[in-house]
Amino acid sequence: MSTHGNTENMQNSSRDTVRPSAPAGAHSGVPAVAIKDVHKAFGALHVLKGINLTVNPGTVTVILGPSGSGKSTLLRLINQLETLSGGEIDVDGEMVGYRHVERGGQDRLQELTEKEIAAQREKLGMVFQRFNLFPHMTALQNVMEAPVHVAGVSKAEAKARAEKELARVGLADRAEHYPAELSGGQQQRVAIARALAMDPEIMLFDEPTSALDPELVGEVLGVMRSLADGGMTMMVVTHEIGFAREVADQVVFIDGGVVVEAGGPEIIDNPTEQRFKDFLAHVL
Amino acid sequence: MTRKSKENQANIPNRINALPVRHTATVVAGIIVALLALMLAQGLVTNPRLEWNVVWKYLFNENVLNGIGWTLWLTVASMLIAVVLSVLLAVMRSSANAVLRGVSWFWIWFFRGTPVYTQLVFWGLFSVLIPKLSLGIPFTSVEFWSVDTRNILTAAVAAILGLALNESAYLAEIVRAGIEAVDTGQAEAAQALGMRRGLIMRRVVLPQAMRIIVPPVGNETIGMLKTTSLVMAVPFSLELQYATDAIANRIYKPIPLLLVACIWYLVITTILMFLQSRLEKHFGKGFEQRQLGAGASGTSPAGNGAGTGSAGPTKGTGKGGTPDQTDKDTVKKYNETMMTGLNA
Repeated sequence: MSTHGNTENMQNSSRDTVRPSAPAGAHSGVPAVAIKDVHKAFGALHVLKGINLTVNPGTVTVILGPSGSGKSTLLRLINQLETLSGGEIDVDGEMVGYRHVERGGQDRLQELTEKEIAAQREKLGMVFQRFNLFPHMTALQNVMEAPVHVAGVSKAEAKARAEKELARVGLADRAEHYPAELSGGQQQRVAIARALAMDPEIMLFDEPTSALDPELVGEVLGVMRSLADGGMTMMVVTHEIGFAREVADQVVFIDGGVVVEAGGPEIIDNPTEQRFKDFLAHVL
Repeated sequence: MTRKSKENQANIPNRINALPVRHTATVVAGIIVALLALMLAQGLVTNPRLEWNVVWKYLFNENVLNGIGWTLWLTVASMLIAVVLSVLLAVMRSSANAVLRGVSWFWIWFFRGTPVYTQLVFWGLFSVLIPKLSLGIPFTSVEFWSVDTRNILTAAVAAILGLALNESAYLAEIVRAGIEAVDTGQAEAAQALGMRRGLIMRRVVLPQAMRIIVPPVGNETIGMLKTTSLVMAVPFSLELQYATDAIANRIYKPIPLLLVACIWYLVITTILMFLQSRLEKHFGKGFEQRQLGAGASGTSPAGNGAGTGSAGPTKGTGKGGTPDQTDKDTVKKYNETMMTGLNA
């Protein structure tokens, strides 16, 4: 397993990457995430109706939208916690969940095995609305779990790394605490550290502050902002308009399963679509 | 009531020092219960038909002590096998593989659906019904290896297998309820970290399910302790109940020997209950703690003392189940499991 190598890569890239000042599209090469005409239905319920979206490496994409608009589903599709109904998602130029094969002279999609899917997921870190820390493990053990048991890193090495990640989110002194002994904001920061310990190339945030008391939102957003400043590629589903305005390179407004409006952060202050205007009027 | 220690208290001006509510009902009930207990004790001690001298004489009889050893061995061995099998069955039951699901379903259906007594009789008869076990090509006479069944399937092995296989079917349902009570967000978070199904089960789901599984498994173990008295169906004749019965039949004094057996069953049950509470503490790690030092920033009771073990819903979110609800769900599942157990 090559986590160690990745560690260095990531550190290098976070140090060397200059924060892109130009919005999406200025990059050459492969997009970090390419979402192409994606559809998702749960039975008869058609949640996503043809989403197109490109996320370039080193950029922050904030996805806004009313509840039930399908924005969380979109993130879960990227990480294969849901299966696609139609369209294609590429992460780092590699199609997610399927492979093209030839059957009887026809081009067909072959489902990937669980092992292959797990390998694809290692590129992606995910942070959930309800934290989903492992309650029977301390903060440190939570962060060490995947490096030791998925990446095969030695315990000593994983511990050192975990301590570093906890320090990075400001929780070095909470390493031995169980999640039940931490505040919501602290739990979410441990969850971020846990995802970072696997050296993801892209971080997905699914309403990371929606389950927090108002006074705890800031500490989590602060950690996310410093990640963005370090050059991490991020996709964030959130209701925090302020965060979107200040940190995002790309803002996407989804409603009714389609992208209604997308652009740079300036569209928050100058929305063109009526539905986006109405939404902003509600949340601002 | 313990006296409050002064040094452990914050310095509060005008500390309230009120008179406590009188618990008259508790006192009255205590007196009544004490009287009844005394009457019962007097009856037990003075009743000549209970023959306490005989009880005392045989309490540490060699055959009885031997019987205790066998009863414990049968209980522990069959429960250990049953627990391993049941986890396997429960995981198979929720597998993506339809064949494994089917096998698990059939196993539970069969071993739960027939009386344990009958199963023990058949295990005892196994070497008569199938005298030889062999490894070869099925439906031909080609044989690579074979063995006389009665050489492997001794009475003790038949008894343990019979008890274990029957018990595994019940435990499988308990384990399944435990697995299903773990919040799905746990498996999702683990998947997102690149963990695969087997690893998620072993490292994330089962350790949390154990917290829910241990109390009913303790219950089943204590049940098993007494079910071992059925192994005379095999026939196996060395465990506690049979040993005391044998003495009773020899000296024509059934009552005192039943008392001997009861006393020992109670002693072992007490020990098992103690072990159970230790296990519950072990698997309750991370669930029992209140906020010890969440620090200045955190006042939200993020901890879910109860429930599914997901990082709990915080105060004021209104999203997701409240800890109370989740706890109720868990209790309900647990109760359902117990009912399936009791209806057997």
